[in-house]
Amino acid sequence: MSDYNFAYLDEQTKRMIRRAILKGVAVPGYQVPFASREMPMPYGWGTGGVQVSAACLTPEDTLKVIDQGADDTTNAVSIRKFFEKTAGVAVTEKTAEATIIQTRHRIPEEPLTEDQILVYQVPIPEPLRFLEPSEVETRKMHALEDYGLMHVKLYEDISRHGEIATAYAYPVTVEDRYVMDPSPIPKFDNPKLVSAALQLFGAGREQRIYAVPPYTKVVSLDFEDYPFDPSKAPHPCALCGAEDTYLDEVITDDQGGRMFVCSDTDYCAQRREDAA
Amino acid sequence: MTPLLDVRSLTKTYGGRIGCADVSFTLWPGEVLGIVGESGSGKSTLLGCLAGQLSPDTGEVIFDTRAEGPRDVLSMSEAERRMLGRTDWAFVHQNPRDGLRMRVSAGGNVGERLMAVGARHYGDIRADALDWLGRVEIHESRIDDRPAAFSGGMQQRLQIARNLVTGPRLVFMDEPTGGLDVSVQARLLDLIRGLVRRMGLSAIVVTHDLAVVRLLADRLMVMKDGHVIETGLTDQVLDDPQAAYTQLLVSSVLQV
Repeated sequence: MSDYNFAYLDEQTKRMIRRAILKGVAVPGYQVPFASREMPMPYGWGTGGVQVSAACLTPEDTLKVIDQGADDTTNAVSIRKFFEKTAGVAVTEKTAEATIIQTRHRIPEEPLTEDQILVYQVPIPEPLRFLEPSEVETRKMHALEDYGLMHVKLYEDISRHGEIATAYAYPVTVEDRYVMDPSPIPKFDNPKLVSAALQLFGAGREQRIYAVPPYTKVVSLDFEDYPFDPSKAPHPCALCGAEDTYLDEVITDDQGGRMFVCSDTDYCAQRREDAA
Repeated sequence: MTPLLDVRSLTKTYGGRIGCADVSFTLWPGEVLGIVGESGSGKSTLLGCLAGQLSPDTGEVIFDTRAEGPRDVLSMSEAERRMLGRTDWAFVHQNPRDGLRMRVSAGGNVGERLMAVGARHYGDIRADALDWLGRVEIHESRIDDRPAAFSGGMQQRLQIARNLVTGPRLVFMDEPTGGLDVSVQARLLDLIRGLVRRMGLSAIVVTHDLAVVRLLADRLMVMKDGHVIETGLTDQVLDDPQAAYTQLLVSSVLQV
């Protein structure tokens, strides 16, 4: 491995990303711009998450990669292989054994610990983006804590659908200051943002890094008379029977047959193993 | 009594060209000031400077804030100025598309300022929005429609409702009746006059339409080439204009 730098990125890049991460940790929820590099995968496949993971990895780490909760989808498998090859680190599918978990669109069901880092792949880091197209203006709004517009979106949801219909990428206020997009995790996962683990968010195309340090206060936005509701499908998991997990709906045939299964494959497999 | 707004020798130039030069006036609580003049006379530049949208080169704009008394708006931080912009101040644009969020429902448009100052109760916000839609004569069944589905006059009324919902003390209006046909104009003027009187608002109305100021304004300021050339009570200026340009302006109004 001596021909290459550890974990793919050159040292200068790693320093630059680590500086951005440190700044992000110091100012929870603030989007730190960084000079995102070209990665050997297309934008939208987790280039931001990969750069953050590469900057955090040490040779002793154990890596887990999940995509929509699953360890065995294309995105997860290829990123895991990528780091096996370029960093030579141990990999695992078990949440408890991992020290760094890179994730797309889910937080693992099993509570994380202080020894773990959760790295999110973020497509669009700016929570105000679809309300205010100008980047100059959104930055100003963050700087001045001018977040009335965010509630206008929720208001529109209620007036049109009778409830807050935003189901993923549900905006949160971090440490009573910055409004943050928690990446497209289902709102079911929002309560888990208050965690013992360090959470890092990397957006490669948009060139932003932000962070939620352990035990940081994270509050989902809502109205007094329409409180935040981390909803899920009203079914138990068809495989392990869990009633408190986030479920995927799987179409099983063309006769309308369907089943609901845990989206966190490791958690589901663990439960079935324990039951057997 | 302290004046609500005290403007002292305000000057704004665009490079070598004068936007407005050495403008001073005071606006008292409950008073409506009209600013008239032809296109390019510096009316909108002046209004922009007053409302904090442009930064003037020299001068002071002293506003009597609720909490701390008279303060120079220009030396405030942007955060304070924005706060002022969504509580005590209101800005009615000539084109409602500039002042409304066209992709947000009427109720959301009215509620935005409330939510910006911390309202977090959906039922209350909606009740306020309904109340204000009623006051500007928009039927409550339209609350969930987008402004794009409204006529020009309704959009302008919606913009007024959206601005007045937080009970501002000072309203800036830039050609509030521009682009509306005369019968709609008349009703809108009637509405604005009623609201201004009932809420005891102070207002600065920029227009080139003398009929508008005749109806709305207590006092009048005539501008030409960036300078104020005549001031006085509205009726006095319009009925007995002193400056040559004002005489021209008054006599240019078409009679039907």
